[in-house]
Amino acid sequence: MLVGFTTLVITSQAQNIYITKTGQVAFYSKTPLENIDGVNNEVSSILNTSTGELVFTLLVKSFHFERALLEEHFNENYMESSKIPKSTFKGKITNLTAVNFAKDGAYSTTVDGDLTIHGVTQKVTAPGTITVKAGKITAVSSFKIKIKDYGIKIPTLVADKIAEVVEIKVNCVYEPKK
Amino acid sequence: MNKYLLVVLVSVLALPVFAQDDLMKMLEDETKKEKHTDLATATFKTTRLINGHSIENVAAGVLDFKIQHRLGFVNTGIKEFFGLDQATIRLGLDYGITDRLMIGLGRSSFQKQLDAFYKFKILRQSTGTRNMPISLSAVSSIILRTDPWADATRNNYFTSRLYYAHQLLIARKFSESFSLQLMPTMVHHNLVPGANDPNDLYAIGVGGRIKLSKRVSFNGEYYYQLPGYRFANSKNSVALGFDIETGGHVFQLHLTNSTGMTEKTYINETTGDFFKGDIHFGFNISRVFTIKDPRKKKTGK
Repeated sequence: MLVGFTTLVITSQAQNIYITKTGQVAFYSKTPLENIDGVNNEVSSILNTSTGELVFTLLVKSFHFERALLEEHFNENYMESSKIPKSTFKGKITNLTAVNFAKDGAYSTTVDGDLTIHGVTQKVTAPGTITVKAGKITAVSSFKIKIKDYGIKIPTLVADKIAEVVEIKVNCVYEPKK
Repeated sequence: MNKYLLVVLVSVLALPVFAQDDLMKMLEDETKKEKHTDLATATFKTTRLINGHSIENVAAGVLDFKIQHRLGFVNTGIKEFFGLDQATIRLGLDYGITDRLMIGLGRSSFQKQLDAFYKFKILRQSTGTRNMPISLSAVSSIILRTDPWADATRNNYFTSRLYYAHQLLIARKFSESFSLQLMPTMVHHNLVPGANDPNDLYAIGVGGRIKLSKRVSFNGEYYYQLPGYRFANSKNSVALGFDIETGGHVFQLHLTNSTGMTEKTYINETTGDFFKGDIHFGFNISRVFTIKDPRKKKTGK
């Protein structure tokens, strides 16, 4: 009986667990002097459609920039990515009832959770859209964070070139976890 | 039977607590399956340690404009304004063809030299799927003197103006703040000062850096010339300095007994005695320009 029950649990889990390893997270820093953006196309994320739980993890070193030197400074001076290699997010869709994962369509959602960058965790609320189409789930979100909140110091010398508030854009296409 | 019932009961109770932490653990287990190699980056701040090459290359599609300056000897006193009245300069352009291969051109005021070099990364220090304890690069340069012949009455050959230098750079970034590099070097001089002087000169360089803050490091560089493979009156090259990084620039400020900035000059033809005050104050300025957006190439594949 126990074996049968466990099997049942595993199969039901597999059906509502969606995963991606090629999600995209990008950030945009805009100032009158300089616009900087970094893009990471190797973001891993899991979405549990029955509970609305959502987790992300990414390697900071996988952010790529328009200029090699920006990338080096991002890792060496700001994110200290050798010491703190990962950024993570653990959260939950707050209006899960508004989303019908069984039916194709686009649903407006809000996600609440803990964002950990540079080893510092902050609560964030992010509006987003979940699109269900042909068995795939696409999650898109855009929200803003303050660099200061995550213990990242910007020296005065370059303060004019790096925005205090950066926009984060998330774009993940999930497939059922096998 | 009671035992089984308990197990089932516990399982059922445990199920709803399938929280984000478990989901995070599942995600981490999934990402662990992926192959990932982490290359050591920024072993040094720029492509030059002080006088000589560091293990760093400019990235693919990046052009680096270098201005290298050495003032006169500090111990020339007030008459020469402690060396400020004299200066030797090298202007250089370095370019990254790939992330492993860079090339460069330079023009020095000293002996009116022209030089060209390539630097190729053979091994890259890494951890992860591929573990490599060191980085290894090869550098070769060719140097052409274009100043007037020392003895114009002699039968002079064009090849006498040429010099070749070959170096291996073996480096390891031990920690965020400490990197060390060894540089076995061979320089070939077609024309040497005396009949008994060797044409192939050997030296072993050692250099390193200690990071003082995120943007400032202290560097040292020393070339030991092997006995029997050096010019009689030459001194070993010593250099100590700071790298200061400010956004797109790296400033290198240093003290060295070497006057020139090409291998044959600073390794084989240093005449100043560092410890008797034959010291040049010098600086290198590096400014990089991105010619090609590296992401365009990556998305194109």
